[in-house]
Amino acid sequence: MSSGAGNGATRTQRPLTFAVDQGLRLKVEQASYAYAATDRSAPKFTLGPTTFEAQQRELVAILGPNASGKSTLLKLLAGVLKPLSGRIEVDGQEVGDLDLRVRARRIALVQQESELLFPLRVWEYVLQGRYPYGRRLRFESEEDCLLAGNALAQVGADELRDRWMDRLSGGEKQRVILARALAQQPALLLLDEPTQHLDIGGKVELLRRLRRLADENRYTVIVVTHELNLAAEFSDRVVLLHKGKSLRIGTPAEVYERDLLEEVFAAPLEVEMRTTGRPRVILRGSH
Amino acid sequence: MRPLTPRRITAICALLFGVLFVVVVFALRTGAYPISLRDIVTTLFREALGRRDDIPQEFWQVIFGLRLPRIALGVMVGAALATAGAGFQALLRNPLAEPYVLGVSSGAALGAMLSLTVAPHIVGVIQAGAFVGAAATTAAVYFLGRRGGQLDSATLLLAGIISASFLSAAIMFLGTRMSGRDQRGMAFWLMGDLATPPSIHLGWLFFVLLITIGSIYTTSSDLNLILTGEQEARHLGVNVNRVKLVVYLAASVLTGLAVSVGGAIGYVGLLVPHAMRMLFGTDYRLLIPTSAVGGAIIIVVADTLARTVASPTELPVGAMTALAGAPVFIYLMRRRVR
Repeated sequence: MSSGAGNGATRTQRPLTFAVDQGLRLKVEQASYAYAATDRSAPKFTLGPTTFEAQQRELVAILGPNASGKSTLLKLLAGVLKPLSGRIEVDGQEVGDLDLRVRARRIALVQQESELLFPLRVWEYVLQGRYPYGRRLRFESEEDCLLAGNALAQVGADELRDRWMDRLSGGEKQRVILARALAQQPALLLLDEPTQHLDIGGKVELLRRLRRLADENRYTVIVVTHELNLAAEFSDRVVLLHKGKSLRIGTPAEVYERDLLEEVFAAPLEVEMRTTGRPRVILRGSH
Repeated sequence: MRPLTPRRITAICALLFGVLFVVVVFALRTGAYPISLRDIVTTLFREALGRRDDIPQEFWQVIFGLRLPRIALGVMVGAALATAGAGFQALLRNPLAEPYVLGVSSGAALGAMLSLTVAPHIVGVIQAGAFVGAAATTAAVYFLGRRGGQLDSATLLLAGIISASFLSAAIMFLGTRMSGRDQRGMAFWLMGDLATPPSIHLGWLFFVLLITIGSIYTTSSDLNLILTGEQEARHLGVNVNRVKLVVYLAASVLTGLAVSVGGAIGYVGLLVPHAMRMLFGTDYRLLIPTSAVGGAIIIVVADTLARTVASPTELPVGAMTALAGAPVFIYLMRRRVR
């Protein structure tokens, strides 16, 4: 753990799950990213040097307003972008050095679903998650079907397996996309704004599910979000980004300071500490 | 959950090959010189057993001299165009993509004509020219069809239409340098014509066809993922750039091959893959072989109709496929717009 994050109040909530099998899974060391509009123009920093670590069974929230560099950081973790400087390691191996298929067995990235060109059934979609394990033409084995079925069950979408993807509601689709990622059997599960198109009930249900996946199945879950209260409620650690800089990294209780959040989110906010040790953010009345 | 198995692919392909066999026999039977089914079967058996002397001369001439080479050409052109269409649809992530609509067939036709003008005596020069023309047009349409760094469906189709129009003008310009008879021949060829046997041995063309379809087939499970999104496919471990290069080259070879021997036959690449998707699903591991056989069936049927419906006048086979394909294109486009 870096940047002073400690075993504060959050740890006391689930002592049993965290006592067992702690292991370092993700190590981000001074990773930065910059791009230039053209080859000749000066590089424009989208993410300054960022350092943090994540253990097995941890849920880390990457938090920040729009254009703070959240998605860039997630793409670096996924290996989609190569860091300009620094290192990113998963289970001791640098992400950029991993073969594409090996990487897909370790890291699953859940993004907003792109438009499907042709109709596909849910089970066909989830079976795609087994691709990194297949041979040349990748005919799926019984084991693949079993694991895809398990993945659907893990997200509570068993009854959706024969439905068409384009006939699902937003929440159902989100669960199926998550199931495909789980079918990859990854160590690291990355989610880019997974709550974006969900109502409040759907958001809570999804975060609860991710928390359970981390606790019970040893996944390390990294969620990009700008939902302050959901991140405070469900994450073990928060990486707070603002204008491409990682401002603070630690438990929600350590990161959620009124002045800091007001500056980052440019809104009048109040931070309350609850008896559970987790903070709650409310909008201060300004009228 | 019922995943695709090699056994299921074999069973469905065997069924389609059965249909193709029936269609071929029907095509052998149909024409100005009627031959009974029994005579056809007897003739085929005798030829297979090497007893050519027992075959009446006129039967041999009609079946092996005229109809079978034309049918073989139709099988090859249909398989090539339908597979190229399925490939383009995945490569460009556009369900309306196919060689004719994208102008790739026109590019191949121009390439073939130019190469024939430059080096008419070199064997295979038409095929090589058609491949270069097809590859160059695909690349041009791909870059013209991008908006803001992304492939845009409508822009891509417009780029195809504009390219086809420009290339047709260039072909017409080249045509002005031909004699009146050659001009008529060219106009017929541009609409699709299987009556003229190619200058290169059919066996070689079939060899190239099989190799090319095989190379697309090796990417079929990758294409399944690319169809759900390129980024997602990358995250799942697909080497997207390699797959796109293979499909781009193979689809260009197939279009070049088909156009060099059969002219610009439209809509087969659209009609057949969509029909196969409706019948057997969207999995490319099944779609590629079924499209190839389905394309062969469609062209053999279309060509048989083309040479018989207005008998004794012969229609270009492209006219038949356009009659069936254009309404399907409009239907798919409207369904997509909604």
